[in-house]
Order: sequence, then C-alpha cells, then structure tokens
Amino acid sequence: MSSHPVVETKDINLSWNGHTILENINIKISAGEMVGIIGPNGAGKTTLLRIILGLVKPTRGEVRIFGSPPEKLGKLRDKIGYMPQRPHFKSFFPLSTLDVVAMGGFTRSFLGKPASRPQRKKARSSLEKVGLLSLESKPFAELSGGQQQRAFLARALCKDPLLLILDEPNAGLDLPSQQRFFSLLKELQESSGITVVIVSHDLAVISGFASQLICINRTMHVHGSPLEVLNSPNLEEAYRCEVDVFYGRGRC
Amino acid sequence: MEIFQYGFMQRAFWAVIMVGVLCSTLSFFTVLNRLSFMGAGIAHAMLGGMAIGLLMEANPLYTGTVFAVLLSLLIGYTSRYGKMQEDTVIGIFFATGMALGITLISLKEGYYPELFSLLFGNVLAVSARDLLFLAVVMTAVLLFIFFFFKELLTVSFDEELARANGLPSTALYLGLLASLALTVVVSVIVVGVVLSSALLVIPAATGYRFSRNYRTMLLLSVVIGVLSGLAGLTFSYHYDVPSGAAIVLFAALIFFGSFIPFLPGKIAGAWRKIFRGST
Repeated sequence: MSSHPVVETKDINLSWNGHTILENINIKISAGEMVGIIGPNGAGKTTLLRIILGLVKPTRGEVRIFGSPPEKLGKLRDKIGYMPQRPHFKSFFPLSTLDVVAMGGFTRSFLGKPASRPQRKKARSSLEKVGLLSLESKPFAELSGGQQQRAFLARALCKDPLLLILDEPNAGLDLPSQQRFFSLLKELQESSGITVVIVSHDLAVISGFASQLICINRTMHVHGSPLEVLNSPNLEEAYRCEVDVFYGRGRC
Repeated sequence: MEIFQYGFMQRAFWAVIMVGVLCSTLSFFTVLNRLSFMGAGIAHAMLGGMAIGLLMEANPLYTGTVFAVLLSLLIGYTSRYGKMQEDTVIGIFFATGMALGITLISLKEGYYPELFSLLFGNVLAVSARDLLFLAVVMTAVLLFIFFFFKELLTVSFDEELARANGLPSTALYLGLLASLALTVVVSVIVVGVVLSSALLVIPAATGYRFSRNYRTMLLLSVVIGVLSGLAGLTFSYHYDVPSGAAIVLFAALIFFGSFIPFLPGKIAGAWRKIFRGST
C-alpha cells in the first residue's frame, strides 16, 4: 500500500448528455500531502472528488486509491474520511451532535451489526479533537454553521482515516472561522500524517495551508506548489478572468 | 373485562397492538424521509392488486400484498433511475393502480363485502389467519429495521456519506420502501385503504413535536400508535362507531393536543426526569 500514491488518476474523462464535464485529468497525490483542488464554479471540482470516491464512474480513464480501483477497495474504504458539501444533509433530523459524528463510522464492514461502544467512544474522541466534546448532546441543528462544519470534520475523522477528502469545508463560514477551521485541519494533519484533499473555491485561504494546488476548469490547468500555481498565467486562463488572490476570487 | 369475553375482540386487540407497533416504527422513517405521500399512494394503488385477487378468486389481501411490494420497488426504481421526482412517480402509480382496480372490479359481477372491509377497514372481522399473516409481516419488517437501523438512519440523513462509506444505499432505500408497502398492507386490515396513511404519519409526527432526539421520537411514536389504537378500539366498542375511523381520530387528537401551548415542553421535561438526558 505504501509504495503506491494515495490517489492517482489517469486520463479521467467524464461526459454527460454529450457535454464534456472533465477531460484528461491526471493527478498523483502522495502520502502526507495536503492538496487543494481549486477552480471556478462549475469547473467539475466536486465531480472529480466523487469520481475519486467511486460515487461517479468516469466515461474513460482510471482511478486508484491506495493502489486499488475505488470499487475494489474493500476494507480500505474504511480508511477514507469524507466530508460532503453542506446541502447534502437534512437539517430537521432530531440527532445529537454525537449521533451525527458516530455516523462516520457506520461503514459496509459494520453492515447489519449494532452500533458498538467503541464506535461511540471513537466518535467522542473525534469530537474532542475538534473541540466540540462539550456539545456532544446538543441537537445538531442547533449548532452554529462553524460548529456544524467542525462536527462534520469530526465525523470524517471518526474512522481514523489515512485519506481525508473535504468538499468545500469553508462554505458559509466567515473569514475568521475559515482560518480557525484550516488551522485545526493543518494541526490534525501534521500530528497524524494523513493525506488531505480539499476542494475549495477560495484561493486566498486554501493557498495558505495546502502543500500543493491543482487548478481545474473542465481540464487540468495548473498543478504545483501554491506559489507556482498563483503565479502561473494558466490560472487566469482557468478562471477566464483576472484573479485577485488576496480576495480569493476572479475580477472579470 | 367484558370487552375481552368475545374472541373477535381479543383478536382485534392483538391486531391493533401489532399494527400500532409496526406502523409507528415505520412512521418514524416516513416522517423523516418525507414519504407520507408514498404511504397514501401505495395504499390506494393497492386496490389494483386486490381486484386481481377477486378476479382470480384468491385472497385479495395476499394479491394486494404482492402488488404493493412490487409497486413500491417500481416507484423507488423509477424515481432513482428514471430522472423523475418521487412525488410525480407516486402520483402516476397512485391513479393507475386505482384505475386498474376499478376497471377489474367492474368486470366481475356481484357484491364483495371483503373488498368493502379492505377499503374502510374492519378490525372486528380479523381472523386467526389474518393475525398470523400480521405477525409474520411484523416480524419480518421489524427484523429488517432492527438489523439495519443505523444504516437506514445514515442513508436517510446523508445519503452521500452513506454511499462514500460503502453502504448499499439503493438496496437499503428499496428495502425501506418494501417494508413501507408491507406495513401499508397490514394497516389496511385495521383502518382500510382510505385511512391507512394516517397511521404512517401521525404517530411519528406527534413524537417529533415532543422530541429533540430520534430515540425519544421513535419510542413516543410507538407509544402513541399503540395507545391510539387501543383507545380507538375501546371507544368503537362502547359507542358503536367504525373502529378504523375512531383509531385515526384518537391519533389525530393526540397530535392536535401537542399544539396546546407549553404542553410539548412540559412532557419533554417530565420525560427527561424519567430518562435523564435522553431527549
């Protein structure tokens, strides 16, 4: 497992109803890296993550996670922590914060088995890592936006992942909350050595934390260190407008 | 007690308890997954399956059961893979099933009291064979819910996460729909096609108003389902009103009672005192 890149894609192409969504995406992410996938709205960032996770099948190309195709990961799937975009969950559910976090551990390996004490214990320890243990009994719907994002991070950490995949974790957060969130993430990543892949449309915040940036807009435009990517003329080509890095958005 | 001296009343009580437990448990998922229209749709479309039974001179309850389960799977499959909204698909099957039932019944001459019972429910006419059927269905559905509860909850709350965790979300969803169809079938025995969807919504909707946690909601839902069943049956015995309607009215009474100011808070407070920290 260790000899393979953690994530590798070869010539990923995806078409839907005759439209090209992604074209020739080649990525290699090594263990312990913190990689940001950036690009404008509708660039295919979330779709790429879903292809990596095996939730969407590419029209052409190959994906390997820990050296295996996503559909043949078996128990290794338990080593992937995933934080989907916020709109995916139903906010009216009467669940406590701990209930939501514990769901991160309900994988195929535990299918049909009752939730165990160690799983609850693991969920508590994840909540502690993100500083929310005191809110474990609080209804999830009553948490603030920033606290919900931290709880979702705890849910992704619940399986002791080797690979953490986060989709727009800073969406809906103000700048100080974003900084706190990414500092926490960086701290966790450095202490445990896990590989982190983050999709974000916010260049300013992500470039301060990621070791590598991958800029896509249907196809891959730039790939390198934040400094290389931010200084590349291809960045503006990807965003199809002038990019103001300080504010993290395009100025067209 | 006088009410228990008759065999038909004893069977009716058993039926009401079993249907109460089953419908309330499923109503938990119906409310949280916004599937109440699905319950009503399956119940009405089931008429087509019951009419097939009449034409074939088989037990309409059994043909209705097979029809309802197949229909629920078809609705689930079409809404997932047919690029259509779930309520649109249910609306189509709802009307088509009923139209099929009406057409088939019109082809056969005569009067069918058993059909009338299935339309409006007649718990007092429940036979020992019906009770056995009910017990088998209840056991099968509750075992499915028991073994896959945490997965069903995860799929219901955040399907994207469930899929990323490798859970068979489509199979679980179709299993839930088939369980819902079976529950509709048994609720038809007690309250009939017309009122069955009420038992799949009201208990959990009331439980939701008093709860901050799903465990309390589920428990309250079952308590409310069984209590309204027993109260409705007793009331119908003493005042000679249709039992199905009385059961639904008692459930609705508890639901509307939950809107009395401060009542949900007081009940939740009392509940917290009994089961500290569970609400």
